Amino acid sequence: MIQRRSLLLRAMALGAAAPLGGCNYEDPAHPDLADKFLHAMSAWNDRVQEALFDPRTLAPTFRADQITRPPRFNAFYSIDQAPVVDAASYKLELGGQIQSKTGWSLAQLRALPQHEQITRFVCVEGWRVIGQWSGVRLSDFLAHVGADTSCKYVSFKCADGYYSSIDMPSALHPQTILALDFLGQPLTAPFGAPVRLRIPIKLGFKNPKSIIQLAVTNVYPGGYWEDQGYNWFSGS
Amino acid sequence: MRARVIHPWPLRLTHWLNVIAMVMMIGSGWQIYNASPLFNFNFPVGIGAWLGAGIAWHLAAMWLLVLNGLIYLVWSLASGHYRKFFPIRPRAVLADLGAAFRFNLKHERGVYNAVQRLLYLGVLLAGLLAVLSGLSIWKPVQLWFLCDAFGGFFIARYVHFFAMTGICLFILVHLLLVALVPKTLPPMITGGRLP
Repeated sequence: MIQRRSLLLRAMALGAAAPLGGCNYEDPAHPDLADKFLHAMSAWNDRVQEALFDPRTLAPTFRADQITRPPRFNAFYSIDQAPVVDAASYKLELGGQIQSKTGWSLAQLRALPQHEQITRFVCVEGWRVIGQWSGVRLSDFLAHVGADTSCKYVSFKCADGYYSSIDMPSALHPQTILALDFLGQPLTAPFGAPVRLRIPIKLGFKNPKSIIQLAVTNVYPGGYWEDQGYNWFSGS
Repeated sequence: MRARVIHPWPLRLTHWLNVIAMVMMIGSGWQIYNASPLFNFNFPVGIGAWLGAGIAWHLAAMWLLVLNGLIYLVWSLASGHYRKFFPIRPRAVLADLGAAFRFNLKHERGVYNAVQRLLYLGVLLAGLLAVLSGLSIWKPVQLWFLCDAFGGFFIARYVHFFAMTGICLFILVHLLLVALVPKTLPPMITGGRLP
């Protein structure tokens, strides 16, 4: 009886140390059978979410007194390592299926109509904060630069090496903005200065910060976390 | 003619598929919980080596849980199996509960006693609550009406947690009872024969 119990405890300890060995998404470059299964299910979930997505459904908005203070920083590095982008020389690079690929300065972005939102930011980890962002509607911007909105993806590259991508219907959603301001002030370095994507219809990691390049494409661009196993669509 | 088995095959099949689904959902759910704990503790075990793997397992196994649950529900309604849960009379529950604690509960093959009726219906409701609150957490914007029904995203997470807790408590009691009355286990696999 005692022997059997110690065996059970050892088996449990082993289970804790190596949760279902292999089934772990640990090494994206060398997927095992479990990884392939999870990939296929994740692709299926992408399709389900695309079907479920209603462009007229708006993310809930909140009152100013519900804003989370102080704001919560989150990235794959610590707050003091956030990149600092020079605002004066900043130009948003454009690529892919876009007619006018001239870079955009912050002044040019601010000259477009600005939209403000107080929305909920839901992290893939489970926590949520409420913040206030304002900036240019991505749909307005894409129209201005002559983007081919029949393409499947809009991709983003960031000053910190982060990258991500979203589907075109979500990119054209009225609450999807290229945010320039946070809490009524220009974005600061750790919170995505000078330009970040704010898309309240998707999880937090789909809101890339310090964007330096935007492209429209039909080639699946992936993303920093998406390539490691987070679901690509990750709609809310 | 009615087959004279204790547990018909659709019941056995959905039961064991549900075991797989529940282990996957609870195990990966614990891994997800650990990324942002609601309370002052972490789960010592989980399925998936990190949060991304935990979520991937959770959102893959949910299809097994939901489809299998729907098949059980449709079969239960169509075959009349659901009638075995009713009626649930408080007096009968108390009497059977007392008998159970005195290890004196009569086990009648093929019939759910009052405690079983209450526990089985309870865990089915907890499962339903877990699925609905889970959908609210997964899709708080597209399924906003569901999320609102739970009082919003924040509260839905707690509902989801407590639904899981209820299911885990049920599993503990369920396994304890099977351990105490082991003859109930083989018919759950083979179907058994009614006398």
